[in-house]
Formats: sequence, C-alpha cells, structure tokens
Amino acid sequence: MSLATAAFFVFAVGAIATAILMITRKSAIPAALCLITHFFCLSGLYLTLQAQLLAALQILVYAGAIMVLVVFVIMLLNLGDEAKAIKHSQLRSVLILVATGVMGLQLFAFLLAQQSGRTELPPTAMLVGSVGELGRVLYTDYLFPFEAVSLLLLAAVVGAVVISKRRLED
Amino acid sequence: MPQTIPLDYYLLLSSALFTIGAVGVLTRRNAIIMFMCIELMLNSVNLTLVAFSSYLGDSAGQIFVFFVMTVAAAEAAVGLAIILALFRNKQTVYVDEVNLMRW
Repeated sequence: MSLATAAFFVFAVGAIATAILMITRKSAIPAALCLITHFFCLSGLYLTLQAQLLAALQILVYAGAIMVLVVFVIMLLNLGDEAKAIKHSQLRSVLILVATGVMGLQLFAFLLAQQSGRTELPPTAMLVGSVGELGRVLYTDYLFPFEAVSLLLLAAVVGAVVISKRRLED
Repeated sequence: MPQTIPLDYYLLLSSALFTIGAVGVLTRRNAIIMFMCIELMLNSVNLTLVAFSSYLGDSAGQIFVFFVMTVAAAEAAVGLAIILALFRNKQTVYVDEVNLMRW
C-alpha cells in the first residue's frame, strides 16, 4: 500500500467518524470542534487529489473563518444541552430510515454501475491544482463569476449587519 | 507519484458524507447544528467536484469549489445573523419552538 493510499484511507475514515460524531453531539461546541476536525480531514483528502490551493483554502476559510464565526455565535447565545432532543422519536426514526435507504440505493447503484476505470491521477493533476493555474483560469475564463461573487459577499455582509442589528426604536 | 485510489472511492465517500449531513439536518432541532450539517453537505459536494477535476485534469471543478466556498461564507454570515435575530426575539434556537409561519 503506497503512502497516498494509506493517507486516503486514514483521512476518509477520519472524515466519516468526525461527521457521525458531529451529528450525535448533544451540545453545540463539541459538534463545532468535530466539524473543524472534519474540515482538516477533508483538506488532507484534497491533498491526496493534488489540489494544494483548495487544501489551504479549506483550512483558512472553513476551519478558520466560518467556524470561528459559528463558535463565536454559540458562545454568544450560551446554550445548554439539547434537553428534549427526541421529541418526535417516531418521525425521527422514519427520517433516519429514509436517509439510510437513499444511501443504500446509492451503494446499490455503485455496485451495479460500471466502474469508471480511472484509478490513477493524470500527470496534469499536479498542474491543475496549483495556485498559478487556478489563478490564471479564475482571472481569465471565470472573471465575470468572480466579480459577481464579490458583489454577493458585499450583499451578504450588508444583509448580516441589517438583520442582526437591533431596531432603532428599541 | 503513482496513485492507485479509484475515482469511485471518492464518490462513495462523498455520498456517505452527504447522507450523514442530511440525517443531521432531518433529526436535529438546534438551528446552529442544522446549519453545521448543511456545511457538511456542501463540503461533500466539494469533494466530488475536486475528485472529478483532478481525475479529468480539468480545472473547472476546482474553480467551482472556490465559488461554493464563497457562497458558504456568505451563507454563514447571513444564517448566523438570522439565528441571532431569532434568539433575540424568541429566546430559543430550537426550530420546533418557532412556529410563527406555521398555518
């Protein structure tokens, strides 16, 4: 087993384990910590796919910026444990059954379908995931979506301030 | 670097993560945890995009992940602002205690 294969399995098991841990935690802070670990595992998976820039961005943007915001809000609200977690236990088990059924269908389709036959990264993969190549494509072919997304971020910042601000008459 | 991980493994892993995220959204009541489960689902789709992008040698998939991350950041800002406003008005973040718009 090569190093890359071993890394894939370690990160894949880590990603699934932290995801399951996250959705089963009662209070929000342990769930957030599990999600941060999950993002680090995903970053490792991106590295096994030779996507260096996205691996760095995953840690900077998700584990850094977004999760800090989430943890900040959790601490601001000072919530306790989810006291009555299972209210509609019957509905809950039905929902879990449906979701696992969908997962089973996916697995079934995966076993039936012809395998892609792609077992090796092409030699160009290293180049495709590099900062230089992604930057070139982003600022030439995808210049308009890039500008549109910057407007979206501006709108989101203004929206967040307006929504979370107290009303003036209060 | 020779690599022998089939593309299908990444797709299978991604579908498993998406299902876990969906189960989380469906079964939890805490709005913040539901929000984190949505991030989990977004990330599983990102993994699919990166896997296809690398195996096909096309950078479009990774550019899309870049945009998904940006939209997720915007969603985080607005979503958490909504949760804050909700908590200020109803003193709760449990979605089944919020029934203002139920008919």
